[in-house]
Amino acid sequence: MTDPHLDVELHHRLGRIDLDVRLAVGRETLALIGPSGVGKSSVLRAIAGLLKPKRGRIVCDGRPLLDTQRRVDLPPEERRVGLVFQDGALFPHLSVAQNIAYGLRPRSGGRRERRARVAEILERFAIAPLADSRPTRISGGERQRVAIARAVATSPDVLLLDEPLSALDTVTKSHVAAELSRILTGLRLPTILVSHDFGDVAGLAERVAVMDAGRIVQTGTTAELLRAPASAFVAAFVGTNYFLGEARRAADTTVIDLDEGGRVVSDDAAVGRVAVVVQPWHVAIGDPAVASPDANALIGPITSVAPRGGTLRVAVASTPAITVDVAADAPVVAGLTVGAVVAATWPPALTRLVPPA
Amino acid sequence: MRHGRLLRLTAAAITGIAAAVLLTFVGLPLLAIFLRVPLSTLVAQLHSPVARDALLISLKTSLTALAFIVVVGTPVAHLLGTKKFPGRSVLVTLFELPLVLPPVVAGIGLFVAFGRFGLLGASLQRFGIRLPFTWVAVVMAQAFVAMPFYVRQAVAAFASIDPQLVGASRTLGAGPSKTFLRVAVPLARQSLSAGAALAWARALGEFGATALFAGSLQGITQTLPLAIYSAFDSADLTACLAMSALLVAVSFGVLITVKILLRSRAWV
Repeated sequence: MTDPHLDVELHHRLGRIDLDVRLAVGRETLALIGPSGVGKSSVLRAIAGLLKPKRGRIVCDGRPLLDTQRRVDLPPEERRVGLVFQDGALFPHLSVAQNIAYGLRPRSGGRRERRARVAEILERFAIAPLADSRPTRISGGERQRVAIARAVATSPDVLLLDEPLSALDTVTKSHVAAELSRILTGLRLPTILVSHDFGDVAGLAERVAVMDAGRIVQTGTTAELLRAPASAFVAAFVGTNYFLGEARRAADTTVIDLDEGGRVVSDDAAVGRVAVVVQPWHVAIGDPAVASPDANALIGPITSVAPRGGTLRVAVASTPAITVDVAADAPVVAGLTVGAVVAATWPPALTRLVPPA
Repeated sequence: MRHGRLLRLTAAAITGIAAAVLLTFVGLPLLAIFLRVPLSTLVAQLHSPVARDALLISLKTSLTALAFIVVVGTPVAHLLGTKKFPGRSVLVTLFELPLVLPPVVAGIGLFVAFGRFGLLGASLQRFGIRLPFTWVAVVMAQAFVAMPFYVRQAVAAFASIDPQLVGASRTLGAGPSKTFLRVAVPLARQSLSAGAALAWARALGEFGATALFAGSLQGITQTLPLAIYSAFDSADLTACLAMSALLVAVSFGVLITVKILLRSRAWV
């Protein structure tokens, strides 16, 4: 990790959950992900100063924004923290250009300089044609772009984005994601991006923090989370297969007796409690009768087939249940009907063993 | 089947009769004001010194009362509409009380609070301030009874503003007062104007509290409603009708304005 520019430590009671979060963010994008209602947005609101936590410390570039012990609590307008709300929260009574001008300080330079700055931002975010439009008259993707532009116009020290993609349709989403990635790379600001969908942010963030019930349960790169999820929760969230079991050495392989029943073989060396991680795209689907004896195999009926971009995500109710990604144009696709009994197979070389939660 | 049809017909007939009764009951008195004497006579009557004085006093006092209500009521309504604090609902109820309180009782209250021998009256007198039977007393009576019409509307308007917009304003560097002036007030503008129009109409029509606390001195405290009563008392029905007709027209105009304001709330 690069030198941390934003240091966050928060403790707060949120309804039924205890928010207890520690975060360090450098000049990078950190995705804070987790299901709804775990307190992700509250973390952003606390950093921005819109929610006062019971205890906590927020330091940005050595500047304390909040320190409950030392009774420091800067109001939002003095924190220089840009917050982009889920639906943009653009002012409906102001035009796009006026929305962007809103955060520019009247003291910093004259009217002409302000206008030049607005024009520059409009140009940079490719929203100049929308300058005189009302926020209610532009599309969801455009609103998102304007909201980010408005936050960036004030030159914040930190940028926070609350579910920037979740309100958008699939096509717009991929557009906005690509654009967002370009914008964030250009800014090099400490950025926290909140999402409930790992797939949405996996490509946007350098690091991902998974949150459950008020706590961060694992932080790592996308690859790290997929390779070694710290718990079944993280695995389920990032969409990888995760089985707990007991490992023993047999010849030069490891045999794992799974807790739920069944046995798999891995080339990784381990003894005792382990978690077995299998990526859905490493698993093949085939006829149970012709499954290779060298491969790991789990047999059961298909419970669902869901298209995801160029792949189909197939759920198999074996013991334990397994998720398989199949290329949408693979020959096997024709036989993938719900209820059909199939074998999900993968080689021991692609069977990762990681320490269990 | 036949039975059901008969029932439906009877229900329709009853509704029709009820509507006709109500229309006559409300419409006829309003119409009668304009029909009793020719319209030209009504207009001519408005030039009489009594009517002119009353009109000027009414305009001066009701607009002053409105200014007071808006200046004092807007920040208070914003507080009540956006913050939760102990005693909030008690305050809201208190500010709404003049809606249902008999105006005459409001007048008594003002009298024993600010009158010569009232709670504050004695102290005010020491500073040489005497309120009862002055035009300021008229303003106070009007502001007292009209205030809830504005404050209620304003509280609802501020409460309906998306808190995210307020949050966005704050994170963009605007403090609470700039946020209030540049986000909350513009977003509540239509509702605030509608509330102001209603409050002004109520102030214009104020009678009971004014009569008690300010009296009916022509050219000083005699507003249109008091002048109407006074003209009626001295059996000058034509003057009564002229001033009444004016108030009917103004009331109608205010109501239409309010409806237009509240309908055009969507941002385009």
